[in-house]
Amino acid sequence: MHNKTIAELSKALHQREYSSVELTRHFLERIERHNAKINSFITITAETALASAQAADQRIAQGKAGPLTGIPLAHKDIFCTKGIKTSCGSKMLDNFIAPYNATVVEKCQAAGMVMLGKTNMDEFAMGSSNETSYYGPVKNPWDTQTVPGGSSGGSAATIAARLSPLATGTDTGGSIRQPAALCGITGLKPTYGLVSRYGMIAFASSLDQGGPMGHSAEDVALLLNQMAGFDQRDSTSLNHPAEDYTSHLNDSLAGLKIGLPKEFFAEGLDPEVGKVLDTAIKEFEQAGATLHEIQLPHSHLSVPTYYIIAPAECSSNLSRYDGVRFGYRCENPKDLIDLYKRSRGEAFGAEVKRRIMIGTYALSAGYYDAYYLKAQQIRRLISNDFVEAFKKVDVILGPTSPTTAFKIGEKLNDPISMYLSDINTIAANLAGIPGISIPAGFVNQRPVGLQLLGNYLNESRLLNIAHQYQQRTDWHKQTPANFV
Amino acid sequence: MWEVVIGLEIHAQLATKSKIFSGASTAYGAEPNTQACAVDLGLPGVLPVLNEEVVRMAAKFGLAINAKVAPRSVFARKNYFYPDLPKGYQISQYELPIVESGQLKIEVDNQEKTIGITRAHLEEDAGKSLHFHGLTGIDLNRAGTPLLEIVSEPDMRSAKEAVAYMKKIHSLVRYLDICDGNMQEGSFRCDANVSIRRKGQAEFGTRTELKNLNSFRFVERAINIEIERQIDVLESGGSVIQETRLYDADKNETRAMRSKEEANDYRYFPDPDLLPLVIEPEFLEQIKQDLPELPDDKKQRFMQEYGLSLYDASILTSNRELADYFEDTVKLSRSEAKLCANWIIGELSSLLNKNNLDISESKVTASQLANMLRRITDNTISGKIAKQVFEALWNGERDVDSIIEKHGWKQVTDTGAIEKLIDEVIAKNPKQLEAYRNGKEKLFGFFVGQVMKLSKGKANPKQVNELLKKKIS
Repeated sequence: MHNKTIAELSKALHQREYSSVELTRHFLERIERHNAKINSFITITAETALASAQAADQRIAQGKAGPLTGIPLAHKDIFCTKGIKTSCGSKMLDNFIAPYNATVVEKCQAAGMVMLGKTNMDEFAMGSSNETSYYGPVKNPWDTQTVPGGSSGGSAATIAARLSPLATGTDTGGSIRQPAALCGITGLKPTYGLVSRYGMIAFASSLDQGGPMGHSAEDVALLLNQMAGFDQRDSTSLNHPAEDYTSHLNDSLAGLKIGLPKEFFAEGLDPEVGKVLDTAIKEFEQAGATLHEIQLPHSHLSVPTYYIIAPAECSSNLSRYDGVRFGYRCENPKDLIDLYKRSRGEAFGAEVKRRIMIGTYALSAGYYDAYYLKAQQIRRLISNDFVEAFKKVDVILGPTSPTTAFKIGEKLNDPISMYLSDINTIAANLAGIPGISIPAGFVNQRPVGLQLLGNYLNESRLLNIAHQYQQRTDWHKQTPANFV
Repeated sequence: MWEVVIGLEIHAQLATKSKIFSGASTAYGAEPNTQACAVDLGLPGVLPVLNEEVVRMAAKFGLAINAKVAPRSVFARKNYFYPDLPKGYQISQYELPIVESGQLKIEVDNQEKTIGITRAHLEEDAGKSLHFHGLTGIDLNRAGTPLLEIVSEPDMRSAKEAVAYMKKIHSLVRYLDICDGNMQEGSFRCDANVSIRRKGQAEFGTRTELKNLNSFRFVERAINIEIERQIDVLESGGSVIQETRLYDADKNETRAMRSKEEANDYRYFPDPDLLPLVIEPEFLEQIKQDLPELPDDKKQRFMQEYGLSLYDASILTSNRELADYFEDTVKLSRSEAKLCANWIIGELSSLLNKNNLDISESKVTASQLANMLRRITDNTISGKIAKQVFEALWNGERDVDSIIEKHGWKQVTDTGAIEKLIDEVIAKNPKQLEAYRNGKEKLFGFFVGQVMKLSKGKANPKQVNELLKKKIS
């Protein structure tokens, strides 16, 4: 069952080949068997999963089911789940139980999906390796000595190990795409505002975007159908008419203009990864696409710009964790200042503290203009690069990350080198455009991800291109040896 | 030798049903923390959504003070840690407020003066910290209540002007129906920036900020006591420190709260959870059309239409209910407007003040007053008797005519009857009559008084005058 596509699973459920309860049990058993090896779950919700599966089976029996009814999924532990712990990977929220569901969780529930559990992640989504989690690092199923990427590393590893057929993730600077690449799965970051942020714990509000993760573009399209949509509880939500993201999957790629930004193929790119990309590009040519070299002249500024804006917003967003109303509170505070200092000092990890400090500094009187304001100006230039590029090409292609998965611990004490693993993904968040990462091959048995960036609200086109590639290749069907 | 410079920051709580960024109720007086939802509590993952009614109210205010209502304004985060500030930041407007550069006319000692209003911006209120038995409790019912912060130019030159300005704003927000103006409940509160400088000096002196002055009386007293303090400091060779001071009403003194130098760096930046607030011209046009008649326009109209003095018109338009009461009285009584004004400003207002009542709580309705005034106009009762009728109304009697009937207060207008009274008085006072006829004309008043007394105040004074003149001349 764990090797089937969502369409196949859905068909089997509707034809009563097996029930959702059986399907759910199958995945819960796999989780029990394999999770210890990769640590991809923070919370496993077996009981509620079986109850939802039962309800889904009834819906199917009553003929009231949709394409995702009875299908299991895992939510990144950044999405609030009513009555179930939502930790955001932090000691700060280890005791936090939200009294409400995130819109995304609500929508998946409404579709009759079955939540298996909450996946591990970098603390408050700050990290590119899943090593900053309070719950310990997630290990990459392809090589458990290496990282799965981050911050949605738990979701990516869960899918790669086939412990769940689908998962949700969030992407602030590459947090869906980079772990998707490193774990050999498919992950989409939608246009900013397409998926509601309500109930999704904020890291950097102007960049955060939830999105679907799965094995294939087709699977991901089905989940996006359910996640997307205007939400009046999120003021930045787009009032965009609902689309069926599967409807263009089979469109031809003939005449597709693919842009290859030379900046994405510059120094820093592992030559072996480059070779995998070259092969993939030829595949697209054979499918009828044409290639165009383009420029994204400000892309070298995206990492420094991001590391002003994201920390600035995070320094403010994380102020609410003060030990007063919920979350971690230090023992016996001697006064208010002590309560603040120790609660935050004891419960936040090093990376979170680093970013709060950077952000606080960037927003301080006397530095605001030089850092935050300047970064916002550059952000506009980066967006304009894409506006110009999409006048010439339909889609932009490149490596999702410059390297394959690195060793656990390798970059933990070198933040700059860690930050650079997101060099190709960050610009899409600054501009708000959609991007997808799909498996394109291996280097030394470690997956390589290919990234496609599209213009605003061009998710259907991105999924179409990815799907066509996946019709010609089987990289997305590979399973790591210990998880077959 | 000293000139006083005052600017006010007024916080008006907007009278919406729900909070500025959440659906929780804004009703006052509920059990602590029963009117705070997930958004007000700042729980992880929740997001603010702007209440459109708040925008409408702020725009109304902007139009009423002839200000620019910004087509695009921006909500910013003001970051600081405090236990009753759930998110660790307050959503406010900083660089781009919704209302900019307006003005308001005030009157002090019968002179008009224009006060500039720098800006008015929207923000959310914080919660309340309650201290008891060495513990601190937090009530977040108030967190997220919409506020309009109205910042004046430093245009006021005395405590009296500051109070006049504050009263004018108070009246205006109630006219506009955007704030209930309840100062006890904190719906309308004020901070004052006060400084002094030598007369003729161009630059401002160092100012202090007086916090939370929650009554008109306190504003006046606090400013005056602060002016005295600053003069003392400067005249004894010291210098004023820029600081926030708290007014202690019991001791009638101000004392330092915290100095601005130690103040927080609020790290303002645009709130990424909220899009810039864009106001379309059509939205504004609609509000303009729905705007009620404003106090100054009403005042002008009262002067023109009813021939009232500036003084009378100002008092009668000082609040909307009073103005409506006056106009109802005029309409229903079909009497002279001046007569109506006199009764409302005189008799009615003094009873209201004495009983600490608002015009809306008046025990005499406009229609009762009008009925009574009609009886004065048609000579059924005299003005003097009317005071007794009015008192009877105030004390709960309902119908003017029955009151007059019951007490036999009907005015005597029969010429014969009055002549009879005159004759009686003349007969009783031959000496005075002689003295009068010998040129002591002042005694005429004595005779009028005697006749009125004899009639128990019921004789028509005008007729008494006329008939008496004929008889004794």
